[in-house]
Amino acid sequence: MTLMETAKEKWSGAVGTVVLGADAAAGGTRKSVVTLGGASTLPFLKFDGQTPHRPAVAMEVWDSAPEDWPAPLATALGDLVKSPVEWARTCVEKFGADLICLRLTSTHPDLANTSPQKAAETVKAVLKAISVPLIVWGCDQPDKDNQVLPVCSQAAAGERCLFGTVTEDNYKTLAVSCLADGHCLIGLSPIDINIAKQVNVLVTEMGFPLDRLVMYQTTGALGYGLEYTYSIQERGRLAALGGDRLMAVPVICMVGQEAWRTREARATEEELPGWGSEKERGLNWEIATAAALLQAGSDILVLRHPAAVAAIKTSIGQLMS
Amino acid sequence: MALKALDIFKLLPKTNCKKCGTPTCLAFAMKLAQKQAKLDDCPDVSAEAKALLAGAAAPPIRLVTVGTGDRKLEIGNETVMFRHDESFYHQAGIGVIVPDTLTGQELTERLAQVKALAFVRVGTRIGAGLVAVENASGRADTFVTAVQAARKVGLPLVLMAADAAVVKAALAAGCAAERPLIYAASEGNWEGMAQLAKEHNCPLAVTGADLDAVAALARKVRQAGAEELILDLGVGSLARNLEALTAARRLALKRKADGVGYPSMVCCRDADPAQNLIACCSYAAKYAGIVLTPLRAPEQILPMLTIGQNIYADPRKPIQVEAKVYSVGAVTPQSPLLVTTNFSLTYYTVESEVEASRVPAYIGVLDTEGTSVLTAFASDKLTAEKVVTLLRSEAVTKAVSHQKVIIPGYIAAMSGELLEASGWEIMVGPREASGIPKYLKTVWQGA
Repeated sequence: MTLMETAKEKWSGAVGTVVLGADAAAGGTRKSVVTLGGASTLPFLKFDGQTPHRPAVAMEVWDSAPEDWPAPLATALGDLVKSPVEWARTCVEKFGADLICLRLTSTHPDLANTSPQKAAETVKAVLKAISVPLIVWGCDQPDKDNQVLPVCSQAAAGERCLFGTVTEDNYKTLAVSCLADGHCLIGLSPIDINIAKQVNVLVTEMGFPLDRLVMYQTTGALGYGLEYTYSIQERGRLAALGGDRLMAVPVICMVGQEAWRTREARATEEELPGWGSEKERGLNWEIATAAALLQAGSDILVLRHPAAVAAIKTSIGQLMS
Repeated sequence: MALKALDIFKLLPKTNCKKCGTPTCLAFAMKLAQKQAKLDDCPDVSAEAKALLAGAAAPPIRLVTVGTGDRKLEIGNETVMFRHDESFYHQAGIGVIVPDTLTGQELTERLAQVKALAFVRVGTRIGAGLVAVENASGRADTFVTAVQAARKVGLPLVLMAADAAVVKAALAAGCAAERPLIYAASEGNWEGMAQLAKEHNCPLAVTGADLDAVAALARKVRQAGAEELILDLGVGSLARNLEALTAARRLALKRKADGVGYPSMVCCRDADPAQNLIACCSYAAKYAGIVLTPLRAPEQILPMLTIGQNIYADPRKPIQVEAKVYSVGAVTPQSPLLVTTNFSLTYYTVESEVEASRVPAYIGVLDTEGTSVLTAFASDKLTAEKVVTLLRSEAVTKAVSHQKVIIPGYIAAMSGELLEASGWEIMVGPREASGIPKYLKTVWQGA
């Protein structure tokens, strides 16, 4: 027996699979779907078990142009940010995104306070422009999300989108809509494995199928709490491999959002002398955060910079080989 | 892993002769398990039992030291597969590869670049941990010249050469006492390399086509007298290397396999900088004790170092920042003052939001024993008294000329008490740090 064979661990469980997007056969209009999860090993260990589905790379698209994205990121996207439809289309066709994460930021009451109907129109327009599955993310203001997301859910009925987010205190409204319209759900819990499980318990108790749930345990950027996310995901994966079905739920990470908030991504060379080119620093921060979280067991990485998407997709290809 | 008393007892003579000074062999075994006695106290113990017990007493992954003095790199001595099980202890040293084909000014500049790779993050100094001189020229004289120049960087050295005679020349030229890492023993050269490592008491890396070959060679090299070994698990692609790193760790900790009880390393050769960065970060997260790379720009090395800083942070300790008044941006006495806790994640989240707002501000940090705002408030570690003490402190009165303080939205209930005790205007900020930029731009109307 080789040492690699001796090192093999006997796992009793596996991460559950979740299919995002519905093709014609499934009653939707997606040309491709994304299957998440299914791993019966710690991330990418071929000697230890199967990794049937590669982690998916999503790109963030906002329904209104972001105002404060750092220059290296803003420059890479240029005028695309002015049109969610063009932005989403380009992310898929040119940048190779496996799916799009549409964030309805403008619906926030403190911002444009966009109406549910208008938000639903954006969702429909983006769905029409892309052939891949769609993540629809609210504005993280619970009351407004409860008004907006059900309308969007209905507008996208049958497309098997991934809607987010629901929390321990606010899950019923969105769960009911997504159940009726055939979508999947993101359960949010702030770096706490017990709350993560509790959200899954609550949502499934309503009759929502476990194989349509994804967990978002919040993401810490490299240098800003990455280790918390890393350990929570490792613990979650171990629980899944140990046979805990309610933790055997794929995981989503908001890598771009967090990486581009950091000082390393935003500070100029004058502010941080000796810390390297500000053009590359933020991009490398996004890439490095994603690389570490892949090793912890992320199933969907939501990125922002096209070059980060290219680099991480290439790396995922190598990890799967 | 430490043996239990009963396991030790099985290996003892079981004669209860009392020569060790303990009434029974079982009692002696219990003392041994608690490290209150030495095996040598038993005059009758068999050589076989001695070997077994000595092996069990050794750490499952040997501590290996590269270099000497303040900048020495210690790796190994790890005890768990997952950081949440306990902690990881010795984060990967990141080493920059410098080929000996560089000469003169080029070499000087390259080494200066490596030396400049030092940063202060979260109040901790981090930087390149090694400088690795590679014998790309194939010649001994150019290698010696480059190594002599690299010694001046002040970092532990890696001597990368396939020919033991070349390594020998460099060691003879003076660096031997600095305990450079000899890279590496392979099937073809191991006798010469092991001899050098033994003679000069230097750490030695061991390579091979796969984990079995590496472990087999490690056993041979050890028998030849080289003691401080590092397994080079750069056996193939990113995926294969990560598998080997995990397997070696697991075999050492859980299966007690022979020849894998050493720290590991990978020399990362990807020509594409982004792929090289990803690979280095992945190895640094997954068990590597040393990662060598040709990358050398600060924006490439900094993320690798930060991964080490994060993954090797002790999860049992809430990480704290110093409780004091911090300034962000070009502050003036009119700048706003925000209050938060000394839990580092909380503080850095607040700091990054304040920075993102582009409104220069002071952040007054309270000592809440490293807990977040909500936890601290709930457990009486964030009290009005503490806030008042901060507001009256010299640090605050020297910093701001106004009397307005922004408190986290989660402790809004404290406002009345605070106002009464301090006389300051209490402004209730957002509950989440993400609301800070908007708050500072709209609600804060100046002092």
